[in-house]
Amino acid sequence: MSDKIILKTENLGITFGGLKAVGDFNMELREKELVGLIGPNGAGKTTIFNLLTGVYQPTEGAIILDGQTMNGKKPHQMAKAGICRTFQNIRLFKGMSVLENVKVAFGQNMKYNVAQGIFRTKSYWQEEKEIDEKARELLKMFHLEEFAGNLAENLPYGQQRKLEIARALAGSPRVLLLDEPAAGMNPTETAELMESIENIRRSFDLSILLIEHDMSLVMGICERIIVIDYGMIIASGTPYEVANNPKVIGAYLGE
Amino acid sequence: MKLSATTKRSNLVNLIGSAVLFAVIMALSAAGIIDRYLQGVLIIICINIILAVSLNLTAGCLGQLALGHAGFMSIGAYAGAIFAIYSPLPGEITLILSMLIGGAVAAVFGLLVGIPVLRLKGDYLAIITLGFGEIIRVIMENLEITGGASGLRGIPNNTNFTTAYWVMVIVIAVHFTLMWSRHGRSIKAICADDIAAEAAGVRTTYYKVFTFTISAFFAGIAGALYSQHIGLLSAKAFDFNRSIEILVLVVLGGLGSFTGSIVAATGLTTLTELLREFSDWRMLVYALALILVMLFKPSGLFGRYEFSLTRLIDRIFKKEKGSKPSRGPEKKLPKKEDAKV
Repeated sequence: MSDKIILKTENLGITFGGLKAVGDFNMELREKELVGLIGPNGAGKTTIFNLLTGVYQPTEGAIILDGQTMNGKKPHQMAKAGICRTFQNIRLFKGMSVLENVKVAFGQNMKYNVAQGIFRTKSYWQEEKEIDEKARELLKMFHLEEFAGNLAENLPYGQQRKLEIARALAGSPRVLLLDEPAAGMNPTETAELMESIENIRRSFDLSILLIEHDMSLVMGICERIIVIDYGMIIASGTPYEVANNPKVIGAYLGE
Repeated sequence: MKLSATTKRSNLVNLIGSAVLFAVIMALSAAGIIDRYLQGVLIIICINIILAVSLNLTAGCLGQLALGHAGFMSIGAYAGAIFAIYSPLPGEITLILSMLIGGAVAAVFGLLVGIPVLRLKGDYLAIITLGFGEIIRVIMENLEITGGASGLRGIPNNTNFTTAYWVMVIVIAVHFTLMWSRHGRSIKAICADDIAAEAAGVRTTYYKVFTFTISAFFAGIAGALYSQHIGLLSAKAFDFNRSIEILVLVVLGGLGSFTGSIVAATGLTTLTELLREFSDWRMLVYALALILVMLFKPSGLFGRYEFSLTRLIDRIFKKEKGSKPSRGPEKKLPKKEDAKV
C-alpha cells in the first residue's frame, strides 16, 4: 500500500427535494487500500456509490480521481476513467453467456469500428481473439471458465456475484466499488469471497471500497472502515477502533 | 486462428445455401411453375423480411419499442423513387443508387429523431415514434414533389427478384455480423440491463441512437425496393397500420431472433396472399394467429434462437459418423442465416 491518494471526495453531498441523503462526505482512498463503508439500512451507502459512479450528480462537493475532478461525468465515463462497480441486487446481462458478460466490459477498450466489425477485417479477428483469451483468463481466476458458454442467469447465486465482480474487473478499474458482495451468501461462500477479494487486490493494481453488512467479512479484511448514518460520517478508523466507538454502537443498536 | 477458420466455413455454407435456394427459385420460374404473380409475391416477401429484420434490431436486440418503422420506409421509398424518376442511368444501377440514397435519407431522419427521442424509454419512445410516422405521412401527402394526396406515379419498375433476393441476403448477413461484433454485444447488453451496461462502460445513448439509425437505414432500403416494385406510391400505404404490421412480424417471430423475423415475414406474407380472396376474413386470421402464438409461446415462435445451416449440416453429418456426440467447445460462432424465401 502506498500513500498516494487515488480517490478523494470533498464535502460531497446530494439533496433529493428537501431530503439531504448524503452530506459533507469526506473520504480518501489510497492506492491498493481496502476500505469498508458500513452503516444501518438507509444510511446512504448505495447513494454514495451512485455518486461515485456518476449515476447521481452531486449537488455539492467534489469527486476527485487521481487529481482530476469527476463531477458531471456520466457512468460510462466514470467506468472508463477507472471507477467500476457491482450492484447490490445483481445486474448481469441476462440472455447473454457468462463469457459475453465479461466481453461487454472488455469491449469498451477495443478499437475496431462498425464497418470493420461488419466486414470482419483483420483487426476484428485479432481483437476478438485477444479479448476471448483475456475474458477466459479472467473467468478462470474466478473458477467460472467451465460455465463460459452458459447463460449468465442460469448460474447459481454465488457464482453470479462472482461473475459481476469479474465483469467489473474487465473494465480494468483503478477503484473497485463492491456493493454488498456477500449478501445472500452462506458462510462458506462468504469465506471464499473474502479470499477472492484478497486475491483481486493482490493481482490487480487497484483500491477497493466495500459496502457490507456481514461484519465478519468487513472486520476481517478491511484496513479502514467508514461508518455513516443519516448520510453523515459518524466514525472512521481501523476495524477495532470503529467497533468500540460508542457512536457506532448507538447507531446500530439505538441509544 | 481456429475461430476465423470455422466462421469462414460457416460463411461458405451460408453463401452456398443462399445460392442454392436462389437457383431453385430461378429454375422453378424458368419451368413456369413460379409465374409473374408469384414472383411479385416473392419480392414482397424479400422486402418484408428486410423490414422485419431491421425493426428487430431496434425492437428485439436493443429492446426499444419503436412504432415508426413505416415512416422510415416511406422516406426511403420517396427519396429512392424521386431519384429513380429523374435518373438517366440504366435500371440496375439506378436501383442500387436509389436504395443507397433512400437508405441514407432515412438514416439521417433516424438520427434526427433518435437523438432527442432515445433519451426516453418504453411507452414514451413508442408514442413519439408513432407520432413521427404520422407526421411523415402527412408531410408526404402535402408536398408537391411527392405527388401530394394522389401519390407519386411513373416510377420505373427496376426491382426484380434477383436484386431483391440478394439485397435481402446482404441485409441479413450484415445484421448477423453486426450483432456478433463488439457493437452488437453492447447493444444486447443495453437491452438486458441498461444501468449495468452503462456501469460497464457502454455508451448507452450513443448505441441507442446508432442502432435506431441503422434500423432506419435498412427500412429506407426496403422502401426504395418497394417503390420500384409497385411503381406507384401513396402516402397512405405507410400509415400507422403498416408500422404495426412490421412489428407483428417481429413479435411473432421472436424479439431478438432474426430467424424468427425471417420465418414470420415469409409465413404471414404468404398467408396474406392466400387469403386475398377472403379479404374480409384476412384480418381475423391474422389476429387469431397472433393471439395463438402469444398464448402458447409468448416469446415468439423462435424466442431468441437463431438457426444455423452449418450446425444443421454438422449434426446430420456427425450422426452418420456416430463418433463425436458433443459439439465440442461451446463457442458460439457468428452465423449468417440461410435465407428462406
